[in-house]
Amino acid sequence: MKMNRRRFLFATAIAGGGLLLGYSATRPSKHRLANRDLAAGDARYLTSFIRLDPDNQVTIYVPHSEMGQGIHTSLAMMAADEMDANWEDVRIEQAPATDLYANDALVRGFASEFGLPGFLTGLVNFGSASIAEIMNLQITGGSSSVRFTGDSAMRPAGAAARQMLIQCAAEQWGVPASECTASLGHVQHNASGQTVSYGSLAAAAAELEPPQDITLKSRDQFTLMGKPISRNDIPAKVDGSAPYGIDAHSEDMLYAAIRLAPVFGTTLVSVDASEALNRPGVVRVVELEDSVAVVADNYWRAKEALKLVKAEFSASDNDNTSSADIFAHFDQRLGADDSSEDFEAGDADTGLANADDVIEAGYRVPYLAHAPMEPMNCTVHFQGDRADLWTSTQDALGIKARVASIAGLDEDAVTFHHSYLGGGFGRRLPFTWNMIDHATLIAKEFDVPVKTIFSREDDMQQDYYRPAVASNFRAAFDTNGNVTTWHNRFTGPIQVPGAAHIPYAIANQSIRVVDVETHVPIASWRSVDHSQQSFFIESFVDEIAHRAGKNPYQLRMELLRDHPRHQRVLEVAANAAGYGQNLPEGHALGIAVQESFGSIVAEIAEVSMDENNRPKVHKVTCAIDCGWTVNPDTAASQVESGIIFGLTAALYGEITIENGRVAQNNFPDYEMIRMADSPEIDVHIVESGEALGGLGEPATPPIAAAVTNAIYILTGERVRELPIKNHRFSGNASVAGV
Amino acid sequence: MQPLTNHWGITMATLLVNGTEYTLDVEADMPLLWALRDELGLTGTKFGCGIAQCGACTVHVNGNAVRSCVTPVSTVEGQAITTIEGLAQAVTGTNTSAADITAVQQAWVDHQVPQCGYCQSGMIMAVSSLLARNPNPSDAEIDASVTNVCRCGSYPRVRSAIRALANA
Repeated sequence: MKMNRRRFLFATAIAGGGLLLGYSATRPSKHRLANRDLAAGDARYLTSFIRLDPDNQVTIYVPHSEMGQGIHTSLAMMAADEMDANWEDVRIEQAPATDLYANDALVRGFASEFGLPGFLTGLVNFGSASIAEIMNLQITGGSSSVRFTGDSAMRPAGAAARQMLIQCAAEQWGVPASECTASLGHVQHNASGQTVSYGSLAAAAAELEPPQDITLKSRDQFTLMGKPISRNDIPAKVDGSAPYGIDAHSEDMLYAAIRLAPVFGTTLVSVDASEALNRPGVVRVVELEDSVAVVADNYWRAKEALKLVKAEFSASDNDNTSSADIFAHFDQRLGADDSSEDFEAGDADTGLANADDVIEAGYRVPYLAHAPMEPMNCTVHFQGDRADLWTSTQDALGIKARVASIAGLDEDAVTFHHSYLGGGFGRRLPFTWNMIDHATLIAKEFDVPVKTIFSREDDMQQDYYRPAVASNFRAAFDTNGNVTTWHNRFTGPIQVPGAAHIPYAIANQSIRVVDVETHVPIASWRSVDHSQQSFFIESFVDEIAHRAGKNPYQLRMELLRDHPRHQRVLEVAANAAGYGQNLPEGHALGIAVQESFGSIVAEIAEVSMDENNRPKVHKVTCAIDCGWTVNPDTAASQVESGIIFGLTAALYGEITIENGRVAQNNFPDYEMIRMADSPEIDVHIVESGEALGGLGEPATPPIAAAVTNAIYILTGERVRELPIKNHRFSGNASVAGV
Repeated sequence: MQPLTNHWGITMATLLVNGTEYTLDVEADMPLLWALRDELGLTGTKFGCGIAQCGACTVHVNGNAVRSCVTPVSTVEGQAITTIEGLAQAVTGTNTSAADITAVQQAWVDHQVPQCGYCQSGMIMAVSSLLARNPNPSDAEIDASVTNVCRCGSYPRVRSAIRALANA
């Protein structure tokens, strides 16, 4: 594979004779994103650095957050493989949060796929967001790290390093570079039997001009990529030493507990903190525009004292709003149908008018909280006109800029300290900044570090939620029972364009969105729009199959005739799950298939109904075509994770609004899957050799429909609203013949 | 002996954590979690929910798994408290170096169990306590004893790791 000539490299000598190599790219001038946002300013964003020391140690700086997806290891593998470094000599470091590591490859990747990062569209008015906020991307999200940063930045950086080191050795030996080879951190000249370590070439290589033409390895040349290599972050995660943002600690640290306005958009009116101030360890009560915080010398003391604070918040038009009102509003808006085009093909109106048979169905999903295990937290230490910042984030540069802007400091005056993330799932992406803003304003009143923690209740009630969505469908059949028309109206905003589109060969399609607004803040939630659209689409396709009297697998295979990769994962999953073969008495298999973030996933859920007429998911068989895999074991664990995340939401996940505020408080009423109801998961990775697809998110979308499609076979009842826990099954007959 | 008090009239609590005795001026009802994290700086024990629902804060008291977020310090004074940081030392009974880990921790590495890892201190403490009293638990016993929440969904690997330990 040849790399684009517009890219170039920087080599810099560092103290001690090492080589520091960064890969860069010219600005993505052809993309509208770049045209609009990069018309002026710096042309260069380094995406990665490889540091080589004289003792042959290779340090790879990874510009992404580690939140369990194994990205530090996978990206380092990509660079080290292309470099032919010895993995034993490779050290992995988190790249610091500076502009040098702003992620140009990520911007280009997203720009080519979506036009804009999916988690940014629809969330903000770009007119009011500064260019710095948009372009300060050191973001980890969109299942993007390996496929964009890895393939477009880490591999070229490694390949360039290798070429420079070979060139350097060849010059020293006076032989043609073409006669030299590299492996395990050494350059060899086979004809003369000479060999030299990379480390001893570091100082000289730093003097070379980096190559402009870079040749990447073909897959059969990989030495590290494709192997299940142990993650470097795991040892520290089994002995308690792995640092998370919430673990920032110092002797003089203060802790803040906060109470925010319970109805979104309201403000603090009055406070009586006299009792709280008399509590042990309490230092101060801080009043903010929409909240009141108690600062003490221990978080529990702050939290206990906060209970004694009497606070009044302003009234609003939403004080009586409930989830029922919100869905009624959605229905009213969908009924009015002042929709915008999402996708049109053929003539859906005529298809419906001429139909021999029409079915219709309305689907709904509720708001969802992210609920990462590490509650939201942020520690800031102001010292004069500078600040230190500790927080778990998917967006280090953005957070740094945000704190600087809230505090009125220069961005360079804020030092960000990296940590692992105790889960992200979208909660720690840009524009979900409430915690950061509050922590900054509270800490600004002190000259010691102040750690602000959202309690689990705060986290549940002050999230930026996966939106509640309603989606209405109609399908038309001809006299032969073939589906001719797909008609879909759903509530927006669209966060990931194309998520409501279907891969099925249906002649007439009318897919339109009706944008709705509520007072509930929304943001990206693992797999974003696909989390609901896949449930809608894969359920309604199942309805079409049953109405047509066809096997749901066979109908999908027929309608996917233009999508052989979809057919392939369906076939692999069906074979592995024993589809069509005898199952244990009372068990059924439900199918769903979904493409998202460049990967195609088929999931088959094996389900039964227990003695209380509740569904039990025994096993999930998954086949995923993500092109190829860098670290197959990490890939499998991401798929397992995505399935359980989606299954948790399908079975239990529901944030409801009552009196304008979130009704749920903590895990008892936002229930989680645990060991007891976690199914067996069988993952099959289908390596098509196509472009790398994402892994962090694509396994989440199909699972809900896979389970409800199985439930339909078992009960004859179609679950059209999630979560499944709210559905009361009648316990009547199952659907025969499928 | 008359309890010592500080200037707020707070009882001085004596805690035996990972073999070391600490005297803290904390309220009797302060949960052990916050004494460990904020007073002792032992941050390996995690805050997840604060109401004993998720298990991220699990520690051992005399070898038994306990959710420290709802355990007042007054109820564990003088008892042997073990956190994830002291697990290897407590299991082997020797003052081993920090690099040494237990068989459970090694199984977690071998099976690549943690993802974000935030819940895993508590998960490892819960599983270690289960296996100490029942080295070969059934699936039902695992389900009943290990009720910790892992948002990343490491459950299949937790079960594989326990199975491997039981068969070792």
